[in-house]
Amino acid sequence: MTGIAGALVEAWDELRVHKLRVLLSLIGVAAAVTAITGVTAAVDMLGQAMREQTERWNGRDTTISVTAWPVTGSGDGAAASAAMLDVVDRYAVTYASRTTWGQVAAELPGGAQVLNGQMVDPAYGIIHRIAPLQGRYFAPGDAERLAPTLVVNEAFLAALGAEDLSGRPTVVLQGQQPVTAEVIGVVPDQYSGEQPAYTVLIDQADRWGLAVDPWGQGTQPPTLELWVPPADVDALRERVTADLTAALPGFQVDAYTSEGSPAVLDAASRWVVLAVSGFALLLGGLGLLNIALVTVRQRIREIGIRRSFGATSGRVFFGVLLESVVATLVAGAVGVALAVVALDLLPVDRMFGTVLQDRPAFPLSAALTGLACAAGVGALAGLLPAVWAVRVKVIDAIRY
Amino acid sequence: MSLLELTDVTRSVRLADDRVLHILRGVTLSVDAGEHVAVVGRSGTGKSTLLNLLGLLDSPTEGEYLLDGTSTRRLSGRRRARLRGASFGFVFQQFNLLTGRTVLENVAAPLLYARGRQFWSRNRLAAEMLERVGLGDRLEDMPDKLSGGEQQRVAIARALVRRPRVILADEPTGALDVDTGGAVMTLLDDIARESGAALVTITHDLAVAARSSRHYRLADGVLVPVTLVAPDRPGSLAEWVGDVPTLGATAEAARALPGGAA
Repeated sequence: MTGIAGALVEAWDELRVHKLRVLLSLIGVAAAVTAITGVTAAVDMLGQAMREQTERWNGRDTTISVTAWPVTGSGDGAAASAAMLDVVDRYAVTYASRTTWGQVAAELPGGAQVLNGQMVDPAYGIIHRIAPLQGRYFAPGDAERLAPTLVVNEAFLAALGAEDLSGRPTVVLQGQQPVTAEVIGVVPDQYSGEQPAYTVLIDQADRWGLAVDPWGQGTQPPTLELWVPPADVDALRERVTADLTAALPGFQVDAYTSEGSPAVLDAASRWVVLAVSGFALLLGGLGLLNIALVTVRQRIREIGIRRSFGATSGRVFFGVLLESVVATLVAGAVGVALAVVALDLLPVDRMFGTVLQDRPAFPLSAALTGLACAAGVGALAGLLPAVWAVRVKVIDAIRY
Repeated sequence: MSLLELTDVTRSVRLADDRVLHILRGVTLSVDAGEHVAVVGRSGTGKSTLLNLLGLLDSPTEGEYLLDGTSTRRLSGRRRARLRGASFGFVFQQFNLLTGRTVLENVAAPLLYARGRQFWSRNRLAAEMLERVGLGDRLEDMPDKLSGGEQQRVAIARALVRRPRVILADEPTGALDVDTGGAVMTLLDDIARESGAALVTITHDLAVAARSSRHYRLADGVLVPVTLVAPDRPGSLAEWVGDVPTLGATAEAARALPGGAA
């Protein structure tokens, strides 16, 4: 116990006394640890960004998508929609949305224009991580409002001649019955030059006859999306498929689960970046080794004096090794702290071209990886000086 | 039973040209607890080698070294180190204080290798010892801010802080002027007596050697008991008054020593 404590005290004293040397020798190690830790954490964030981007298209992981297509080419879309709502109620699914598409003429300042519209339930926003630029997405209470509410893209807002939602912009939609709809939210255009587009709640679309099938084939059955806990996915997919098949004769019912986001960054890219950082760490370690060897030579007499105090060979070896490890651990801690601060201050997610909804916490694994690398390089860099220190002859060392 | 006992000890080294150099030859010496012994001799006669053997920093080529009646021949390196730390305190000519450490840290340094209470109370014990050598007000000073005499007092405090049974002093006044050296030796003698530690002083200064109760002369690796008298006048050199011609030593060899009688 006292041996270990003594070795630690000794190592810390050495670092304290040789602050400048330690500082200079450890800059490289700290920088490399910052790189390793920061990159590991950034890759996690990038992975999250890609996951969220994928989920905006496909819905979150473990979302079941159910389609019901009439085998004959035409069918009762309203019946399919009702059957889907029954399924949602039966299995008490919290996050469920029917989705369908249609076209409607909108009276814009430049004249009436037929626009593509998406019809959804309020939970669609959660399932697809919709993050409006302005205003808000649909809430459950919106379906009860008499006049329809719209979430539009930026192009739609521009076509309305509005810059923001402060004037509570409205637009007249020429469905089966003309109706004035209020714009409550704006989402980003999905690509440059996208045409004006809107999203309306499916219940309101049904009420005002806004879901006009662009191909003139009558009301199409919606797609049902169910975001469920991972443990329930397989069982629920089978049950829902069976229930809807039974409830909708003449329909082909299919259910599938969205694939997880690609994990390319978790593999190749991560290893490439870690390899580069590891090489930087190795160079830092070589610098440390160089300085450690020089300073051990300078400390021959001190080592001899300590041997006269009763320091064993093991203690001398352990002391020099520990000195290196403690130093690199301190540098590693500084490096990890720098990485944490850097990732906190830098808008890393914006660099990825998105805004993270669920920004991951700084990964503990990244911090531990950084510290482990620092300790490892410290042990490697300290090994040679430690062996050299033990081989010094005590008598020669005292007279040095 | 003596505390330290060398019997017919030889220390030789093989040189690069394969010749064997005998540094010590047939050395026999015993030191009892609390005894003060001085060894005088010219430079290069093997004085420091003798001290290193006594302090377990080196091993005899031949002969026997008993520490407290126990042979040191088969001790492991680890055991020798522990015994060295617990039983011996070293005072060097060049002080050998650790640079970059305060006076207090220097004196506490040997206690880093102690166990139990000595380890955990090292700063208090070091401060007490520094108080004893008159440096209680210089605890946080760096050694390079101290005079030579003060640095040697720090070294003495460091040698004694683990309460060793033997103090091995290698030319303790070699780097000091006569007056400062005298004061340092008085302090070393007094503290050694207080603690009951044996003191083995190696010196080429007869005045320093004369303070001890027993004296030896080392010439060409051969240790010879001699008798010294203390100087009549302060500052004057001690004189040889007798020479025990053992192991081939001669009165001429004794006279050749610095300060030896013409």
